[in-house]
Amino acid sequence: MTTTATTPPVQAMDAAAPIPRRRQRRGIRRFEPLIWVGPTILLIGFVVLWPIVTMIRTAFLKISPYGLTEGAAGWSNFTNLFAQPQLGQILLNTIVWVVAVVVITMLVSLGLAQLFNLRFPGRKLTRWALIAPWAASVLMTGIVFKWMLTEGSGLLLIIGHALGLVPDITHSSPLGAAATSMPWMIAVAVFVSVPFSTYAILAGLTGIPGDIYEAASVDGASRWRAYRTITLPLLRPAIVVASLINIMNVFNSFPIIWVMTQGGPNNSTATTTVFMYLLKGSDIGQSAALSIINFVIVIVLAGLFLKVSGWKTEEN
Amino acid sequence: MTGLTLTEVQTVPDARRRQRRGAGRPTWKTVLLSAVMFLIAFVFVFPYLEMVLTSFRTDKTLLEPTVFPTQWSFQAYTTFFQTALVGNLGISLLIAAGSTIVVFLVATPAAYFAARHSFRGRTAFLILVLVTQMVQPASMLIGIYEQYRALAGLDTVWALILVNAGFNMAFAVWILTAYFGSIPRELEEAAQVQGCSRIGAIWRVTLPLAGPGVVTALIFTFIAAWNEFLTALTLVSTQSKQPLTVAINGFLGAYDTDWQHLFAASAIATVPVIVLFAFIEGKVVGGLTAGSIK
Repeated sequence: MTTTATTPPVQAMDAAAPIPRRRQRRGIRRFEPLIWVGPTILLIGFVVLWPIVTMIRTAFLKISPYGLTEGAAGWSNFTNLFAQPQLGQILLNTIVWVVAVVVITMLVSLGLAQLFNLRFPGRKLTRWALIAPWAASVLMTGIVFKWMLTEGSGLLLIIGHALGLVPDITHSSPLGAAATSMPWMIAVAVFVSVPFSTYAILAGLTGIPGDIYEAASVDGASRWRAYRTITLPLLRPAIVVASLINIMNVFNSFPIIWVMTQGGPNNSTATTTVFMYLLKGSDIGQSAALSIINFVIVIVLAGLFLKVSGWKTEEN
Repeated sequence: MTGLTLTEVQTVPDARRRQRRGAGRPTWKTVLLSAVMFLIAFVFVFPYLEMVLTSFRTDKTLLEPTVFPTQWSFQAYTTFFQTALVGNLGISLLIAAGSTIVVFLVATPAAYFAARHSFRGRTAFLILVLVTQMVQPASMLIGIYEQYRALAGLDTVWALILVNAGFNMAFAVWILTAYFGSIPRELEEAAQVQGCSRIGAIWRVTLPLAGPGVVTALIFTFIAAWNEFLTALTLVSTQSKQPLTVAINGFLGAYDTDWQHLFAASAIATVPVIVLFAFIEGKVVGGLTAGSIK
């Protein structure tokens, strides 16, 4: 990590500040950027912008369950969606899901990052182990957890039984009711979110010079006080960015809930993303309407993201 | 401070002091810490170990309430290649490789140009890229479905290649912009003086120097496309055309779930990816957060 080629990208981004070129904006050269950047813009246009337009159109169309367009629908897809009796429960689930997963993930990651930042034998190996849930497919992780909670033989139930937490493994099915399945799904989502967050905070910790702490301990500050008044404020950018990325991912998360409960029983564990998918099977117009609402939420979050990270003040 | 290596800077001061006091003589505190950390590490790999362990079970021992199978069998692996899942594995490979190639072809010139030149709309372009990183297919799923339905892209590999490439390209743009920006342009100019064309100079000088960044971008894209589930679930309904994730999900609904094969397939799909990810581990956070930190 000492050569220029492996400089951490974030720092290198500043070095990449544009240098004006003499020959710019003369004749054919004016179109030169399009040759280099054009393919990216085309791909974004086709893959990202096109479906946004289609989604908005679909939300205002009346489409039969067989996929036939039956004319304009006005706002009826939205009013029908809001009339869904379960929508309140689903919105509540979504808030609980996002807030619980992100808050727990960040707290766990703050602690873990602090530990992984210490020096101990096997640090490299243990850090590698941490990436497993990050690299693996979330779907497959969800399936393994579902398997480990199988009534009668699940490994987590066996372990719980050995620890005296589960009295009878043959009559214990944690995924059968929302009261127990929701906490389990939150736990799995935390499990797959912690590695990225821990690494992001570790990257932040790396940037804090050790002398600050020596100065603090000379001044007689306790460790906890040093952490609160020095570490946490300096980690703020890393925490903000990691939290927002997590919020985005968790809000859009689908596989964990899908494999563990499919949003059931009776939509009691569905979030808006899962409900949108379920609606696609019965009423694609309403599904598109919910898709738009989800999309607006994501755009608001993205705007927040840009604002917090200071994009607006750049290059003016 | 010049004598400090990067690893020393990374550690908190009391650990550093301890190291200075007695290098090589671990105190009981470090041993305890190490034990705790290995326990934590174990928790994070534990589900994947269980995945592999289950794939070694037999029909008879599948539902036994034991930690280790009482009878070990490699049958799930030997018969895996006779199941339809092999075809699904091939489709996953096609989608992941295809997306990686598309991202490389599209993101490299854009990142190079954004790193080297200021041009009108550069900020707008970078914000557009950042937005694609933040919105995920899940938030516009119905639009994606309707788009590819209209374009006859349902049940096709090309649709999934494009979707995965489009939504994962941002990472490659960030990381490559950073690497290209860190390579002095004088090197390219020197190559041009010696008779290289501009493209030739980029191909022979800049791109190899940006090697670690290129590899990181490619591996990241490959893994993201390999693991993708929701879009594939939405766009592909014919079983023989599904990537492995969707096919495995289909297993779950079956009346009598074939868990050994399911977990053998999962293990085959998961273990290489974890190993691959270990190579780029140190650079991924930078690529995921670069756009937002700028």
